[in-house]
Amino acid sequence: MAKYLLLKHYRGAPAAVNDVPMDQWTPEEISAHVQYMRDFAARLEESGEFVDGQALAPEGTWVRYDGEGRPPVTDGPFAETKDLIAGWMVIDVDSQERAVELAGELSAAPGAGGKPIHEWLELRPFLSATPTGTECH
Amino acid sequence: MDEALLRSLTPGVLALLVRRGADFAAAEDAVQDALVEAVRGWPADPPRDPKGWLVTVAWRKFLDQSRADTARRRREDRAGEEPAPGPGPTVDDTLRLYFLCAHPSLTPSSAVALTLRAVGGLTTRQIARAYLVPEATMAQRISRAKRTVSGVRFDRPGDVATVLRVLYLVFNEGYSGDVDLAAEAIRLTRQLAAGTDHPEVAGLLALMLLHHARRAGRTAPDGSLVPLAEQDRGRWDTRLIAEGVAMLQAALARDRPGEFQAQAAIAALHADAPTAEETDWVQIVEWYDELLRLADNPVVRLNRAVAVGEADGPRAGLAALAELDGSLPRHTAVAAYLHERDGDLETAARLYAEAAHRAPHLAERDHLTRQAARLNARRRH
Repeated sequence: MAKYLLLKHYRGAPAAVNDVPMDQWTPEEISAHVQYMRDFAARLEESGEFVDGQALAPEGTWVRYDGEGRPPVTDGPFAETKDLIAGWMVIDVDSQERAVELAGELSAAPGAGGKPIHEWLELRPFLSATPTGTECH
Repeated sequence: MDEALLRSLTPGVLALLVRRGADFAAAEDAVQDALVEAVRGWPADPPRDPKGWLVTVAWRKFLDQSRADTARRRREDRAGEEPAPGPGPTVDDTLRLYFLCAHPSLTPSSAVALTLRAVGGLTTRQIARAYLVPEATMAQRISRAKRTVSGVRFDRPGDVATVLRVLYLVFNEGYSGDVDLAAEAIRLTRQLAAGTDHPEVAGLLALMLLHHARRAGRTAPDGSLVPLAEQDRGRWDTRLIAEGVAMLQAALARDRPGEFQAQAAIAALHADAPTAEETDWVQIVEWYDELLRLADNPVVRLNRAVAVGEADGPRAGLAALAELDGSLPRHTAVAAYLHERDGDLETAARLYAEAAHRAPHLAERDHLTRQAARLNARRRH
């Protein structure tokens, strides 16, 4: 098994095919979308491939160390940040193919007109903390 | 096995061990061990006297652990003998435990965790799941909390307000994982109310019961939020409402006003209305004014603006809102609602979308997005 991170972006991803902002959908379309996401996670829990999923607030703050005895420097939020992560799901699957398959399914969540959004999701493999049984060459 | 019974016995047993001279941290561990043993053994072999059984087993666990510690530290065997059979746990002991677990030296999250374990009898794993943190993290939080209060004298009650704040925090967490924290908070507050004579304890319990009574109506079958005005009032629990209202009336009759009684009074006015239209908003505004006198804070002022909008019309509500800091959580959502009531759908839709952007909860975000979508759809037709 290998773990993958599925990243959903508010901004920064290439435009989705069905790219209508959510507040322009009908309330029923929103409900259908939310239900799809919920069902997707439930299905992965059942198949034993779900690890974690969280949504992130759009606005955050940058923080950095400013030297001994000083409070950290903070800045932002920056509305113009190029790349903005909306949330993630972590899955634990047997292969990269399976991870791609699931990401594709998630990207097909219905949007305006009940049609799939085709939004871009970023798929990132985890670096495992401990070496696996197989050796590197 | 009756887990509720088992957990209701927990604080009394723990308090008794502490009174017999065990230090709090060690006694708490011993009681947890005894609970684990009870869960394992009772189904096959239920004891005739569950509390006596727990006291005996927990005390033995405590002695075993002390002996092990003593041997390790080469100290004298201070806990070598059986205690004199003293009186059983008393109500006062249990109360002191509440105060200890909500001690002001603890951070809110520590006080909550310690209360759930020591008073509530929940396992670390259950608490961790309820708060969606790893079990090891919760175990650390609890043991740090125990160290923090280990020097506190266990002989007199503290300020009941600190205990109420902790119980209210637990209640507001709602439910996730396999523990219903709202129900657990109600159970613990009931237990506290049974042993104290304080109108604010009754006020908090009434508030919890009245909110809990509406829980089934608060979400649709698909998990989405249903606003108060649109809830199916047939799904509210009338038994809990009646209990909450009676409790509140008894508390108010004592004429010692407090924050929780005022909040419960507002909840009771909502619960009393057969339909949303029949809500007595004028009286609700009066209770918000009372609440401001008792505890002035921006969240109360924001809620008051909503009530003013219902009692005196949306323009009055917007005027009340204009006096508040726009960065307050939910300020934008309230503004959207009042603009919609005022007939300005365009502004309302824009503000709903903006409020969704800032929503602190997913369900709330979905709800606000749906509100924006609803108005946008209406404007297109």
